[in-house]
Amino acid sequence: MENAAYIAERVRNIADGQRDLPGALLPILHAVQDALGFIPEAAIPIIAEVLNLSRAEVHGVVSFYHHFRRQLPGQHIVQICRAESCQAVGARALEAEARAQLGIDYHQTTADRCITLEPVYCLGNCACSPAVRVNDEIHGLMDAAKLSALLAALRSQVVEVR
Amino acid sequence: MSAITLYIPGDTTAASLGADRVAQRLASECRDRGLEVAIVRNGSRGAFWLEPLLEIDAGGKRIAYGPVQLEDIPQLLDDGMLAGSTRPPQCLGPVEDIPFLKQQQRLTFARQGLVDPLSVASYRAHGGLAGLGHALGMTPQAIVDEITESGLRGRGGAAFPTGIKWQTVLNTDAAQKYIVCNADEGDSGTYSDRMLMEGDPMSLLEGMIIAGLAVGATRGYIYLREEYPRAGRMLQQAMNALREAGYLGERIGGSGHRFELELRIGAGAYICGEETALLESLEGRRGMVRVKPPLPAIQGLFGQPTVVNNVISLATVPVILERGGAFYRDFGMGRSRGTLPFQLAGNIARGGLVELAFGATLRELLYDFGGGSRSGRPLRAVQVGGPLGAYLPEAQWDTPLDYEAFAAMGAMLGHGGIVAFDDSVDLREQARFAMEFCAEESCGKCTPCRIGSIRGVEVIDQLAADPEGNLALLEELCETMTDGSLCAMGGMTPYPVLSAVRHFPEDFTAERESDDSRESV
Repeated sequence: MENAAYIAERVRNIADGQRDLPGALLPILHAVQDALGFIPEAAIPIIAEVLNLSRAEVHGVVSFYHHFRRQLPGQHIVQICRAESCQAVGARALEAEARAQLGIDYHQTTADRCITLEPVYCLGNCACSPAVRVNDEIHGLMDAAKLSALLAALRSQVVEVR
Repeated sequence: MSAITLYIPGDTTAASLGADRVAQRLASECRDRGLEVAIVRNGSRGAFWLEPLLEIDAGGKRIAYGPVQLEDIPQLLDDGMLAGSTRPPQCLGPVEDIPFLKQQQRLTFARQGLVDPLSVASYRAHGGLAGLGHALGMTPQAIVDEITESGLRGRGGAAFPTGIKWQTVLNTDAAQKYIVCNADEGDSGTYSDRMLMEGDPMSLLEGMIIAGLAVGATRGYIYLREEYPRAGRMLQQAMNALREAGYLGERIGGSGHRFELELRIGAGAYICGEETALLESLEGRRGMVRVKPPLPAIQGLFGQPTVVNNVISLATVPVILERGGAFYRDFGMGRSRGTLPFQLAGNIARGGLVELAFGATLRELLYDFGGGSRSGRPLRAVQVGGPLGAYLPEAQWDTPLDYEAFAAMGAMLGHGGIVAFDDSVDLREQARFAMEFCAEESCGKCTPCRIGSIRGVEVIDQLAADPEGNLALLEELCETMTDGSLCAMGGMTPYPVLSAVRHFPEDFTAERESDDSRESV
C-alpha cells in the first residue's frame, strides 16, 4: 500500500509540474518512466485527470510508443539493433546469441531481474554495425564473443541489497 | 608553455568504439606525467573506421592518430604524439589530407570535427552566426528568396523544395507560427542528423533561428528520437550556450526579434519521422498520420502554420545565408542542387559520412570511398534511402546520385543512407523484413499499410507452396499498398520488396528455399 501511495504522489507531482506545457503528455510520460522505470497502470488515471483527458486517451498513447513500458524492467536494458545495416553484418546471429545466452526472448526479463532484452530499429551507429545498446551506452562492431562478454559483465556486477 | 589541445570525438559511434575511455585515460596519463593538455570533445570527422581518431593541434595544423586503443596511449605519448610526431604507426598525418576526407565537398559539414560543439566562440571563429548576421539585416521575403534561389530541397527524404515551403508559411497569416525540426532519424543506414547534432549542433540551431526570421515564427521545437541520448545532451547544452550568448529568447543577436526553442524527445516510433505523425506526437497524441491537405505549412502544429524541416535542411540554411543562394546552387546537377551528406553503412570496409555534390555514382561511393565490403566478399545488393528504399543490383550502381535519376528507376535517395550487403544476403529474407518492419511500425490508420504489411509477410512465407501464384499475389498487394496508403510508410514499403523480386529473382524460387549452402560458404 505504501508503494502505491508513493507512486501516486510521484506521478501527480510530475504531471502537475508539466501540465502547462503545450502537448504535455509525452514529456510527462517520459518523466514518469525516468523516475519509476515504467508507467504503472495506476499512473494512467492520475495523468488523465491532470491533463483533462480520458483514461483511454492516455492508455492509447502509452501503448502506441515502443519506448513506454508497462512493466518494471530488469536492472539493465539491452537492445539489439534489428535494422538493415546491422543485418548486413550479422545482427541475426547476434539476436540468436543474446536469446540463447540469456534464455529469454524479446520483451522479457531474466529470472534474476538483471537484464531486459528488447529489439530496436536503428541506433544511428550504422558505420560500425552491428550495434547494441546497454542502457544509454552504445557498442559498435559487435560480434558474438563481444556480446557474450558484455552480457556476462552485466550479470556479474555486484548488486547492493538494502 | 601553454596547454596542448587534443581533440577526441564525443560522437556516439566514436564512443561506441571506446573514445570516452581513451579520453579519460589520456587525461589521467598526461596528469601523471605532468603534461598540460586541454581535451576538446569535438564531432567526428566521419571517417568512422579510423575511430577513435585523436587530433593534436601542432602549430595550427591538426595531426591525426587512429584508431587509438586504450593500451596504445603510453607508447603514443613516449613517441611524441603531443608534439605531432609522425613516428607512431597510428599517425595518419594532417587530418585534412586523409583521402577519404580530402575528396569531399563539405558545405553542411564544413565545421564538423573542427569546431568545439559547445563553444559559441569556437562556432563563431569557424564562420558560425555569419548567416544569421546577414539574415537579421534582411526582410523575411529576401531570406525566403535566398533559400529558393539555392535550390535546397528537403533532406529528410521527400526532397520538397524548402523555399516553397517557407514561402507558404510566410504568406499565411497567423498570430503564432512554428518551426519544427524533424530529428527523428529512424532510417537504418543513416546517421548524418545524429553526427551533426553531436558535432556541430549550433548550425542546426542557427538554421532554425533564421527560419523563424524568414517566416515570422517565434517558437521552435526539435523532435529528437529517444534512441539518440548523446545528441539530446549536446543539443540541450548548445541551446543553453546560445541562449547565454543572446541568440535565443528575447532580442536575438541584439535585434528586436524573439525566438524560443524547446527540445522534445520521441518514444521509439518510426512513423513519427513522417511529418504529420510527428506533429500529432508533439501535440501529445499517438503518432497517427494526418490526411493532407491541409498542409502543415498552413495548418500544422496546434493548427498553426508550421515549417517542418529535417536536421540537414535546417543546418544547411546558415551556409546559404552566409555565402548566398547562388553559391550553393552551383553545386549539383539537374534539379538536385547543392550537396548531400551520404552515409556509408552495413557491410562496408570504410564506413562513414561522405558529403558530395549530387551527381557522383554509387560505385564511386562504395569502392573509392567505402573500399568495398568489410567481409572481403563481393558486394551483391545495396539498399539506398532507408528501409523504404529499393535494393539495387550492381547493374544500377553507375546511376548518378540525383533525386530524379533515382526516382526514374523506382528507387529513392531519401536521406542519403547507403547500406551495402555482400553475396551472403538473402533478398527474400530482406523483402520479408521490409513487410515485417512495416507491420511493426505502421500507425494503423489506413488499411493497405496496417493489413497489407501483415499479408505481405504471410505471402512471402508461403512462396514455396506456389511460387508463381504467390509472387503474382505479392505484386498485386504491393500495388494496393502503393496506390492506397496514406503516407510513405505503406506507400513505399513495396520499393524494397519489389526491387528484391525484380532484381534478385533467384532468391525467390523454390530451389533457393532448400539451398542453404550460401550460409556455409
